[in-house]
Amino acid sequence: MLYREAGDFKTSYVADNQTFPIKFDRYGYYFLLGFAFLVMPLIINDYWANSIVVPFLIYTIAALGLNILIGYCGQLSLGTGAFMAVGAYGSYKLMTAFPELNIIFVIIIAGFITAGVGVLFGLPSLRIKGFYLAVATLAAQFFLIWLFTRTAWFYNYSPTGMISAPTREVFGVPVTGPRASAVSMYMICLCFLVVTAWLARNLTRGSLGRQWMAIRDMDIAAEIIGVNPLMAKLTAFAVSSFFVGISGALLFTVYLGAAEAGEAFGIDKSFLVLFMVIIGGLGSIFGAFAGAFFLIVGPVLLKLLLVNGLGWPTDLAAHLEIMIIGALILVFLIAEPHGIAALWRTIKEKLRLWPFPY
Amino acid sequence: MPDTLLFAMEATLNGLTAGVMYALVALGFVLIFKASGIFNFAQGVMALFAALTLVGFQSGQIPFSHLINAMFGTRLHHFGWNMPTLLAIPATVLVMILLAVLVERFILKHLVNQEPIILFMATIGLAYFLEGVGDIMWGAEVKALDVGLPKGMSGAVDDVTFAWFGYGFYIDRLEIWAAGIAALLVAALTVFSQYTKQGRALRAVADDHQAALSVGISLRFIWVLTWSIAGIVALVAGIMWGSKSGVQFSLSLIALKALPVLILGGFTSIPGAIIGGLIIGVGEKLFDFFMSPIIGGATENWFAYMLALVFLLFRPQGLFGERIIERV
Repeated sequence: MLYREAGDFKTSYVADNQTFPIKFDRYGYYFLLGFAFLVMPLIINDYWANSIVVPFLIYTIAALGLNILIGYCGQLSLGTGAFMAVGAYGSYKLMTAFPELNIIFVIIIAGFITAGVGVLFGLPSLRIKGFYLAVATLAAQFFLIWLFTRTAWFYNYSPTGMISAPTREVFGVPVTGPRASAVSMYMICLCFLVVTAWLARNLTRGSLGRQWMAIRDMDIAAEIIGVNPLMAKLTAFAVSSFFVGISGALLFTVYLGAAEAGEAFGIDKSFLVLFMVIIGGLGSIFGAFAGAFFLIVGPVLLKLLLVNGLGWPTDLAAHLEIMIIGALILVFLIAEPHGIAALWRTIKEKLRLWPFPY
Repeated sequence: MPDTLLFAMEATLNGLTAGVMYALVALGFVLIFKASGIFNFAQGVMALFAALTLVGFQSGQIPFSHLINAMFGTRLHHFGWNMPTLLAIPATVLVMILLAVLVERFILKHLVNQEPIILFMATIGLAYFLEGVGDIMWGAEVKALDVGLPKGMSGAVDDVTFAWFGYGFYIDRLEIWAAGIAALLVAALTVFSQYTKQGRALRAVADDHQAALSVGISLRFIWVLTWSIAGIVALVAGIMWGSKSGVQFSLSLIALKALPVLILGGFTSIPGAIIGGLIIGVGEKLFDFFMSPIIGGATENWFAYMLALVFLLFRPQGLFGERIIERV
């Protein structure tokens, strides 16, 4: 009743192949886009932007990237933090070496650099799989972070070993550095998210996405029916790292402003993004959004409740948060292995029949 | 004898003793992987949890005191007595067995027949959960652990090597003890799995789940048994690492170091875990010794993983692992 797909007839293949073939979904999507682009900039303030909205947008890009690798191509990676660091340090070197280059191109080029590094560390995936590959990506995690903290060239020989983003403008409005306003930070992250989500959605339903899924479901069988595993796995690593690199570059330039590789991009970041993908739902674009939202908003709410509401000490709340995240992972894996995305599918199923379920 | 060679020999010896410590953690992984095909990421956190519990029992801390204080405004922290080590260790063993029962009851039972990757992620979740529970139960500050093992430089090794080479090697007595205890542990595990009824059942399950079920072996009991043994191995590893560098969060990161050890040794081989640990220990000490003047220090952070990565490209099943056969 509330969610209907009946009576929505298509008269051309183009109409039938569109991203959201159901009217209800399509209008909901237009409404969300309109809300995000037109209403949010008017109501957003510094607190909302810094604690929830901007990190949500940035981590969603990372979760989309990791979801392509794990959820669509089945290659487990624990090196997301390091790939984000590649994006961050790549954008830093570009910003300082070419001050005239527009920040948007800087971030995109940083994404391409990360894609290159990702392909390099993805090469072992041609011979090894599963946990073994996870260990190989751990090598990327620890080696790259070590490289960024030990090689002075990467942080321009700054005495603190930190990198900090200079002010850059888009259309005369500063988006990075201390003068950037909440609205400009929000808008640049939103634009990147919309474009990357559109890319991810269309890549995964095209022939490349089908190749990835064939490799995920059974790689030997996929090879027999003519999928080239070399191309499929390496493109998955490249696209995934490209997204993760963009997310890392945005995290550093727009959100953090200053960063140190070991602290900002440690192994806990890899796990955070992995959890977003698992809780949201493996192999689902909507899942990346849901997982990122859940893991960004959840801790903020918990902290509000425990520290501000009940007056508990901060460290206790932090430990409780770790515990709850761990328990949630277990609950989701047991009760709903396909994550929030599957819950959403069930809800739609129920809404379709409501109020007359059979 | 040139000094460099002597220093390299000392580094090798230190690497061997460090490798024994890695092997201790890797042992727990191998046990669980053999019996249930689960790659238990939580092994390191289990070591941390066991060590925390042991210290808590020894010093008579009240579990969850911080949480209770925050909820009810009380000021609890200690029972006011100290438990002797000989009593605290069995008590901790009991806690680890209880943990094994709970893990089987609430997690493994529900995840039968899931893909290995899902089980792996479940153990990551378990690792986070246990870490949070450990911190809330016993507090997160760094604690000193003392179970009466000797510490400090070994005089005997110093004297002997001084008499031989004119230069005394520095070896921690604790690490010599660790090597001895690890050898004992491996011997005990071997005897258990070869000569007892439950040990044979365990090997049967490792070999083939369904065949083991059909001859009447209870899979659930075997799982509890394996996780209990893994918990006890974790306790031993926790005691060793805790005595060496204090009980703190970084203990759980040792689990990550055990991964390359496993890759070298193979996931299913107990001798492999020991030899892999020794190779990694010696390799990273020697690499650091020769390369740090050239490329900068702290290479221990990544050397083991890189070694494993290169190794994997040539021999994916590890040194002693079973051959990987794939079918469609």
